[in-house]
Amino acid sequence: MTFLNFFISGISLGSIYAIIALGYTMVYGIAKMLNFAHGDVIMVGAYVCFYATSRYELHPFLGVLIAMIVCTLLGIIVERLAYKPLRQAPSLAVLITAIGMSYFLQNTALLLWSSNPKVFPSIIGRGAFRLFDGELSISHITALTIGACLVIMAVLTLFISKTKMGKAMRACSEDKGAAQLMGINVNATISMTFAIGSGLAAVAGALLCSAYPTLMPTTGALPGIKAFTAAVFGGIGSIPGAFLGGLMLGVIEIFAKAYISSQLSDAVVFGVLIVVLLVKPAGLLGKMTQEKV
Amino acid sequence: MTMRRLINLKRVEARRIYLTYAIVIAAYIICQVMSSTKILSSSMRGMLVPICAYMVMAVSLNLVVGILGELSLGHAGFMSVGAFSGVAAAVLMQNVIPFAPVRLAIAMIIAAVFAAAAGFIIGIPVLRLKGDYLAIVTLAFGEIIKSILNNFYLGVDSQGLQFSMLSDTTRLLPGGKLIIRGPMGISGIQKIATFPAGFILLMIALIIVFNLVNSRSGRAFMAIRDDRIAAESIGLDITKYKMMAFVMSAALAGAAGALFAMNYSTIVANKFDFNTSILILVFVVLGGQGNMLGGIIAAAVLTILPEKLRSFSEYRMLLYAVVLIVMMLATNNAEIKEFLSRLNPFKHKEAD
Repeated sequence: MTFLNFFISGISLGSIYAIIALGYTMVYGIAKMLNFAHGDVIMVGAYVCFYATSRYELHPFLGVLIAMIVCTLLGIIVERLAYKPLRQAPSLAVLITAIGMSYFLQNTALLLWSSNPKVFPSIIGRGAFRLFDGELSISHITALTIGACLVIMAVLTLFISKTKMGKAMRACSEDKGAAQLMGINVNATISMTFAIGSGLAAVAGALLCSAYPTLMPTTGALPGIKAFTAAVFGGIGSIPGAFLGGLMLGVIEIFAKAYISSQLSDAVVFGVLIVVLLVKPAGLLGKMTQEKV
Repeated sequence: MTMRRLINLKRVEARRIYLTYAIVIAAYIICQVMSSTKILSSSMRGMLVPICAYMVMAVSLNLVVGILGELSLGHAGFMSVGAFSGVAAAVLMQNVIPFAPVRLAIAMIIAAVFAAAAGFIIGIPVLRLKGDYLAIVTLAFGEIIKSILNNFYLGVDSQGLQFSMLSDTTRLLPGGKLIIRGPMGISGIQKIATFPAGFILLMIALIIVFNLVNSRSGRAFMAIRDDRIAAESIGLDITKYKMMAFVMSAALAGAAGALFAMNYSTIVANKFDFNTSILILVFVVLGGQGNMLGGIIAAAVLTILPEKLRSFSEYRMLLYAVVLIVMMLATNNAEIKEFLSRLNPFKHKEAD
């Protein structure tokens, strides 16, 4: 039963990683850039949700909705101001700009909300389902996280495969130039991708802080890097890959904490990533592109 | 050897190399004079050695990013390996070699060897990958090195070196001394790093890198950077050259780490995290990839800038972020570049 408990908390943590990783992987697939500021959007989302629920005493779900709207706008603004002018620039310049943006968001948060950690109230309370005479307990937030992740995955997959915008996104990730020739508004598509990714980051922020309730301006940084690792693990650019990578990373991390050593769990997670990339250089579900001369 | 090679170089290139040496030497002399005549404030004097260490880091990373064309996001890991092995070596040699500069030099050499070994071990898997995947794996290794050093205990007693992982189970004999104490790092370090030592290390790093870049191997690095497939098709051993650049870069980073660590009384593994790797990458990118002098200047400016912004206290890191974004936009966006060149009075006259 302890094994099953660990497994479920691993899946729950993995679900959060998966939601964050979706943002990384979609942006990478379409704009071919590593958006290092994504982790800090999570933090902004969590703060907005925190203030909406604790200061203005709104219903937690309304708080999450407000956080989603704020983060979506933030994502669009960041893209418009910092990344759009660099569409033609070398990728390293875009990477540094993204890192600059990450510092900017962290330090703005530091000024606005101070570095004192805030205790985030769980958006769904601290209760738990008890199964098998209480041997297996699944907290409500765990169940909600896993459910939210599944819903998001299903909706996003439908969106990408069935809608016109989704088709435009697939076309842009395949070949931007050709997509433009077919009458697709590439800039709007990229903005849309950032908007979706950032909106999801707000959800991830609320779920993350409900499970691990300390909220600080640097809260988003490490989950951001982990989720990025998850995206690469599953094959960056691939949406099912982000899902699979996120879940596996979460389970590995919790198991490493439980059975190996809590201090070395990060080392184990990154070690597994390296091994996977050696065997499958484009990640678990990534497409290996043949180079043409 | 160096001279003949430099004479054979293209004029422009040779001039740039001499200019780099000249500026570094001139800057050193000016700083020395200013610090001996007390013009330099004591806080600035304290920053001279870290600045030298960061400059060497910039040169070292420039070899990988600018010359070889691969992105490394874990360079602080090598610095960390160098810092810990170098300081541990210096502590062990404390009674054997009482003369501090020699001890420092040997510690830096040992640090370079350890970091090079780490670079080699990491290089085997890393260099099979390309582009963003290579970058993420270097990031992963940086984090792994940090995790391991955070849980590493090393002590010395009459029976020799004892080490353990996770918790302190070294069981030292009486009179033994614990050197590396896991998350507490190393404390009570003798501050033997000096500004002249930093200057000499920087000069050595520059001489090594310039000679390497302008050799057969250096041309191979650049060929790989410009077109990997073409380079492979003319028979260059890609893995060998990548490994050569990677190991050399790691060794320089290790020496810089040792220099850096011995300027402080305490050093912990968390100092060398992802943010430090990024900081060094920022030096390289802002200074211009492949441009050693640019990287050196960027390292100096970006280390001094946050200190000088202290009067803005709370806003300084925010300002730093804004400067970073604006610099990247200004140097990479065609429209903004054009706008700036219109503002430049010298260019304007030419256009008329």
